[in-house]
Amino acid sequence: MDIRALGITKEFGRAAALRDVDLEVRSGELMALLGPSGSGKTTLLRVIAGLEQPDAGEIRFGDVDATPIPVRRRGVGFVFQHYALFRHLTVSDNVAFGLRARGRSRRPPPAEIARRVRDLLDLVQLAGYGHRFPSQLSGGQRQRVALARALAVEPKVLLLDEPFGALDARVRKDLRRSLREIHDATGQTTVFVTHDQDEALELADRVAILNGGRVEQVGTPDEVHDAPISAFVMGFVGESTQLPVEVRAGEVWFREARMAVPPQGCAPGPATLFLRPDDLAFCAPQDGWPGQVLMIRRAAGGRRAEVKLAGPGGHLVEIDLREGEAAMARGDIVHLRVRAGRVFPARADAAQSVESRPQSGRVPMP
Amino acid sequence: MAPAVRRLRVRAPSAIPGFGIALGYTLAYLGLVVLLPLSALVFKTAGLGWAGFAAIAGDPRILAALRTSFGVAFAAAVVASLFGLLIAWVLTRYRFPGRRLVDAAVDLPFALPTAVAGIALATLYAPNGWAGGVLAPWGIKVAFTPLGIFVALVFVALPFAVRTVQPLIGEIDRELEEAAATLGATRSRTVLRVILPPLLPGVLTGFVLAFARAVGEYGSVIFVAGNLPFVSEIAPLLIVIKLEEFDYAGATAVATLMLLISFSALLAINLLESWSRRRFGHV
Repeated sequence: MDIRALGITKEFGRAAALRDVDLEVRSGELMALLGPSGSGKTTLLRVIAGLEQPDAGEIRFGDVDATPIPVRRRGVGFVFQHYALFRHLTVSDNVAFGLRARGRSRRPPPAEIARRVRDLLDLVQLAGYGHRFPSQLSGGQRQRVALARALAVEPKVLLLDEPFGALDARVRKDLRRSLREIHDATGQTTVFVTHDQDEALELADRVAILNGGRVEQVGTPDEVHDAPISAFVMGFVGESTQLPVEVRAGEVWFREARMAVPPQGCAPGPATLFLRPDDLAFCAPQDGWPGQVLMIRRAAGGRRAEVKLAGPGGHLVEIDLREGEAAMARGDIVHLRVRAGRVFPARADAAQSVESRPQSGRVPMP
Repeated sequence: MAPAVRRLRVRAPSAIPGFGIALGYTLAYLGLVVLLPLSALVFKTAGLGWAGFAAIAGDPRILAALRTSFGVAFAAAVVASLFGLLIAWVLTRYRFPGRRLVDAAVDLPFALPTAVAGIALATLYAPNGWAGGVLAPWGIKVAFTPLGIFVALVFVALPFAVRTVQPLIGEIDRELEEAAATLGATRSRTVLRVILPPLLPGVLTGFVLAFARAVGEYGSVIFVAGNLPFVSEIAPLLIVIKLEEFDYAGATAVATLMLLISFSALLAINLLESWSRRRFGHV
């Protein structure tokens, strides 16, 4: 069942949570809605579920306009960040809740319900926990129960709102893999919300990146990471640092140095050069910019140096250290050259979005 | 073979000090304030001897009064619990103009001298009063009947029922209702299966308090009840009557009977409540 959001607008008070959002989730796809807090990702998920009514626009499930269908008949499975389990019911009764809530004609017989509950608890690796109460389970186990409960009603689409947000790193990783396996087994159209780019890139078939109530880009994890279409996406997905540059006559200039980077269609004028940590390389003094190593830290399994470039502004960049460069120490003077990078026009709202980013990018904009 | 050192352990070692002093204070306070007067009551009753006590316990007028007292108090507590739940729900869940005024008004029966409430109710429900006048043509008499006692007891017991469930309703997570909705549950099923079970311990606590308050109520009832022996006479009134006749032993005997019945009723309800807390109150 494919899901389409057409022109969805939703306002809370005077603040627009969603502005004319179009999104298509293909049938059987696992899609992530990724964005900073306040970007409207949870609101979009709740509008798809029917927990919020959009002020304008339409949600289509396949060929059906689902907008007027109330949440309880929409056939969505919804998993909440804080589980929302019924704490006075056992795990089995929680999972069976949706089946027992059906009208008499559609309700399976008790033996069938018991069998389905057992199968689902097997699926989420909680066989034998059926008689327990939610208070007797760990956070990860509770979220597995919530997942089983949502799957029990055989929803047309499965929606998860920051499903791993309340869990610690290790449990999060296990549960991520479980969700992927369950998705691959059931083939259910699945949308999950996250503010964690690693989660989105690792888990999803496609990622929709939201910012300020709009969809900035939709694409595979590789596309959004390697071919971001906006400064916001570039800054939000993956790690990067930024340099204020200028595009002049089809070339990119940082102060009085020409960068070995094409302007990538960026119009002449002030622009921002985004550099991934592996876009920079150390070089001989005559080939690059001098800078001082401020800090060396471990990141993503390797070592990374934070370098303050010489000259006014004191811009900071980050560079991954390769083997053989391990001898570098804090305070060393090094020379850097740019091997690759992405250029986006410097915009007022780009600066704003960079500010709200959770990580990296500490370069003040010009 | 050295003799093992045995120490009486009444508690597990804890990082929070003060167990000894807290328990000592609790027992001393309970003894002085609660148990001392009650034991004096039992002591005085004992002066009657078994035969005298049995005579009073078998007196049909006293039995009728006890039946009225506990029966009507039970009914009033049931009704107060149901309406209290409803009022608490409305006050917690909905925002409407004057909500705070209504919320404050719930406590009025606490603050009002109960005699005032009794006189007000008697005036209101008398056959020539506002409410009584409306009901009279239908043949419904409230004032000076057991129904009048019931109305007065609901009035004084209501705040207990409201105030015990109100905080629990505030704690219900909206997401639980949303989860039930996404699972296809109707609104009534959500209320019955998701919202009410966690409230049950609170409702029972409110019921216990309302019942205890209603059994002991005197001031408001005597004005509205009419106090007809065998019909609308309550046990506390009999105690007062006996006191006025200087029959102190008889008065304490009735009081002891009330005490016994109340204690067993409260004990039973408390056991039920702790069972429901275990069953429905998993945190």
